[in-house]
Amino acid sequence: MDGAHDLGGRQGFGPVVVEPYERHYHARWEPATRLLFRVVLPRHLPNGRDGALRHAIERMEAVRYLTSSYYERWVTAAATLAVEAGMMTRAELEDRAGGPYPLSEPVTAPTITDPLAATARFAVGDRVRVRAWHPRGHTRCPWYIRGHIGAVTRCDGAFSLPDVEAHSEHRVVEPTYSVRFGAEELWNDGQAGVTVNVDLWDSYLEPA
Amino acid sequence: MSAAPDHHHHPAPPSPIERRAAALEELLTEKGFVPEGFIEEVNRLYENDIGPLNGAKVVAHAWIDPEYKARLLEDGSAAVAELGFATPEGGLVALENSPGVHNVVVCTLCSCYPWSILGLPPAWYKEAPYRARLVREPRVLLKEMGCEVPDDIDIRVWDSSAEVRYLVVPEKPAGTEGLSEEELVPLVTRDSMIGVARL
Repeated sequence: MDGAHDLGGRQGFGPVVVEPYERHYHARWEPATRLLFRVVLPRHLPNGRDGALRHAIERMEAVRYLTSSYYERWVTAAATLAVEAGMMTRAELEDRAGGPYPLSEPVTAPTITDPLAATARFAVGDRVRVRAWHPRGHTRCPWYIRGHIGAVTRCDGAFSLPDVEAHSEHRVVEPTYSVRFGAEELWNDGQAGVTVNVDLWDSYLEPA
Repeated sequence: MSAAPDHHHHPAPPSPIERRAAALEELLTEKGFVPEGFIEEVNRLYENDIGPLNGAKVVAHAWIDPEYKARLLEDGSAAVAELGFATPEGGLVALENSPGVHNVVVCTLCSCYPWSILGLPPAWYKEAPYRARLVREPRVLLKEMGCEVPDDIDIRVWDSSAEVRYLVVPEKPAGTEGLSEEELVPLVTRDSMIGVARL
């Protein structure tokens, strides 16, 4: 989905703010939330994995996504999955929290019952074009490279296609590649000597 | 309202996010979904701040031992396993900085990071400005972050959007010729292994 999470290349953000004396966790609820995902995820979707987890975060209302801290997003996503899995109701959460309990928006992509077969088409050196499409569900193909041409520079292992994993009990295991794009191809703004290298599943690509 | 919080005598009321997080944990616990040992595991995670020491040991070893460095660049997963470190599930790729190339890593879609090698990511790595800007204007952003990359050095940005995780191998700083591997380890900063600092 073209959500607020798909941030690569978006403009209008300010400087990177580095916390002084940074701690990995600021409060106990942060690591607790990380662990609660392990409890919730398998009940939301049998053999649920990262795809469903990430999609629950991506489904957050866009303004809330951008104004929440990292672990606030996890709380919202974990609670959303718990409610969707029937483990509790939103009313129970609101009662207990003593106030509104925002959840992520519903899934709008259809459940995948008959996924396409995996493809394995490319080798190092191949020129490829990223498919220009806008899926409603989860994908790991960032928006800023869609339609652009790059070159395969590395072949990595085959992994479960997130687009299927988040919406299905099925698994499609496809090769992944590192694809190199020149800044002139992506942004055409006069930058010299810059490449952006993106890791992509086979079915995100077409021969160019 | 300028007084510093005094947790001993006047605990601040929990914030909305603290209340929401507690509500979720309590309901899951009361309904019997939370396994035994959960509290202990949370405390263990909370108390053990995992630092980036593993990555620093890998880099220092690569600086000292050219054959190890070659193996690291060829197969990062196997090379970190040699030193006894866990490899990310989808594999580790080591990226070598050189006089002509500077590498820097980001995850534009979420916050993918080589946890077993660099510990937990810093907050800025997970937030919007870094994720939005690094792929678009890396030279500008790096300079803002105090890492000036001259125009004659190419910048390679790596967006960890699939399963591989990345470790930048910074150049060995000048003037460190006489130092032992143990003396080199503390020179390798986390930021240099993400690629937002040069040593």
